[in-house]
Amino acid sequence: MYSPEIVIEALLNGLMLGAIYALIALGLTLIYGVLHIVNFAHGALLTVAMFAVWVLSARFGMDPYLSIAIVAPLMFAFGYVLQRFIIGPASHGKDNSILLVTLGLSIIIENALLAGFQSDTRTINTDYSFRVVEIGPLLLSFPRVVGLGVTVLTTLLLWLVLNRTDTGKAIRAVAKEKLGASLVGISVPHVYAMTFAIGCACLAVAAGLLMPSFYVSPKTGAAFVLVAFTIVVLGGMGSVPGALIGGLLIGLVEAASGLFFGDSLGQIGIFLIFIVVLLFKPTGLFGVQQ
Amino acid sequence: MRRSSKPMSRKPISRRAVLKAGAALTTLVAAPGVLRAEPAPVKVGLLQPISGAFALDGDLAKTGAEYAVKEINDAGGIKTLGGARLELVIGDSRSNAEAGAQATEDLQGAGVSAVLGGFASGIALTATQAAARYGLPFIVDCAVADTITERGLKNTFRFNPNFSMATELALKNLVKLNDDAGKPAKTVAIVHEDGLFGSGLAKLMQEKLPPLGFEVLESIAHPTPARDMSNVVLRIRSLNPDLIVPSHYFNEFVLFARTLQQQRVRPKGIYAVFGGAASSYRFVNEFPEAAQGVMDCNHWGDPKNPITTKLRETVTAAGKFYAYNTPINYSLVHVFAQAVEKAGSADREKIIASLATNEFDSGLMPYGKTKFNDKGQNTSALPLNTQVQGKDIKVIYPANYAEAKPVFPINS
Repeated sequence: MYSPEIVIEALLNGLMLGAIYALIALGLTLIYGVLHIVNFAHGALLTVAMFAVWVLSARFGMDPYLSIAIVAPLMFAFGYVLQRFIIGPASHGKDNSILLVTLGLSIIIENALLAGFQSDTRTINTDYSFRVVEIGPLLLSFPRVVGLGVTVLTTLLLWLVLNRTDTGKAIRAVAKEKLGASLVGISVPHVYAMTFAIGCACLAVAAGLLMPSFYVSPKTGAAFVLVAFTIVVLGGMGSVPGALIGGLLIGLVEAASGLFFGDSLGQIGIFLIFIVVLLFKPTGLFGVQQ
Repeated sequence: MRRSSKPMSRKPISRRAVLKAGAALTTLVAAPGVLRAEPAPVKVGLLQPISGAFALDGDLAKTGAEYAVKEINDAGGIKTLGGARLELVIGDSRSNAEAGAQATEDLQGAGVSAVLGGFASGIALTATQAAARYGLPFIVDCAVADTITERGLKNTFRFNPNFSMATELALKNLVKLNDDAGKPAKTVAIVHEDGLFGSGLAKLMQEKLPPLGFEVLESIAHPTPARDMSNVVLRIRSLNPDLIVPSHYFNEFVLFARTLQQQRVRPKGIYAVFGGAASSYRFVNEFPEAAQGVMDCNHWGDPKNPITTKLRETVTAAGKFYAYNTPINYSLVHVFAQAVEKAGSADREKIIASLATNEFDSGLMPYGKTKFNDKGQNTSALPLNTQVQGKDIKVIYPANYAEAKPVFPINS
């Protein structure tokens, strides 16, 4: 069997990878919680953000972490426009139409990226891409450690926005009672668009954290989004702390089952948990009965 | 305004005159070669992944094939067809098997005399099948799955070595490599992607390595695409093998090699068979440290042929990274041209007969004389062993093509 060092390192790796998953799931769960739709374009939007980070690095030599400061507002604006002027109007207020509109969007975005960037995979090579943080006998990947830290900070920030600002209050009001919120003068389309925009900004942060050690191709988003869906269900649909805890947990499970059963079977653990949660706690860990 | 009103001759056309005209027309159609100044060009299809995941490979292949077509046409075309020119028709397999079969149908519609290429095993399997329906000769490149030439398809030929031929040689050379260095490697870890290609290779290695004196510590599988290689590398770190035998596609190979470097796992050697990135200049250029010393047993053009250098310069001048696809497809076009030359016809059946019975020069590939057996496999085909040394990929085996001595063990 493996020495304790190896097991601990694998679990820590899983925890740190799970943090990135959580960040992606955060946007998804927020959009679900408020708009009550499953955003199928989430993976494609992540890919857009990753390409944006790549372009800034490849063309302008910008550090991927610094580029978050540019890509996050851009993605925020992009998300706002997308929801306010395309998804919202095109869905005519019906939830199942929104579902199809986001699915259609994901196909359009993926193919537009394919046309613009070809299907090659792109990487960013930084000095710290494969640097390690040594803690005793453990060799931890530097970009992963940064990823974990930034994810926790982002979640905290999001929680503050939702609980301490007027926009946050409006978002929570719309999530709880759409009609009531609009009666007290809250613009529901604006809140929807703000929520979608925040979700997209989270993706920009995830993209900046991923790019130093990962690659991007027009299909990359798909590899993450299925895991993100699982996390949203596991954590409770619409729950911000649920997404964080769910993400970390999924990362741990993937790492442990990957180590003991091999990476081909590593994914099984994730979906086993998914099924068990659906069977015994359908609202998820932090979900509330609707 | 007045017109001159010359009376038209209204002589009735006789039956005989119609027959004469008809006969003359028939002769005209039947013997175009005599009446036209230039003979009809011989159309040849090139089926490659121009778009999709393997677009890079398709592009490199196209460069090689176009170079050869130009060379042949500039030298006067196909002599036995009165100097007929070759005309390349590109079919895009879009990197997947269904589209590969579709593109073959399109090439059939375009009236090609043969199809060259295929690239990946999955694509080559469906495309050759589609071509077989029309009796359309198909010469496969790069694709290695043994089954391609084992389905009794008369139209299907493979220019490159298949999987069994390559692994046999890879193992023979591995033993020699190890013996020459004083047998430093005793234990092996196999790392492979869990698809047809990786699993097939791993299974073969697990069977064949122990009788040759290597202990296989573990065979580690991972899915494609892989998000992360740290678990795989952690397992290797705990096993501490002398030698790693990897088989994955490009992205995973790069991720794996970089993670090995990060986790400071330093085996005595990395020996790939048809490694996804091990003989790619892109890998060597982008991650020279991770690529250092990696060995591969793969398709490779004769490094000492001056045309190889020219092809490489052409590819590099276009801002791309050179790989084996270019010399292979260059050579494929030359083999096809020889087959037409020897058949003296662009007729599909005659080309198949010519391919099945004749011997051909192998262009840039180190195969000597290409000869297809009754299944359509080129029996002279063999892979070369390469190693990343500095910023270059050098041939290390066999001796008659070698450019450099192998560096093994690498981390001693």
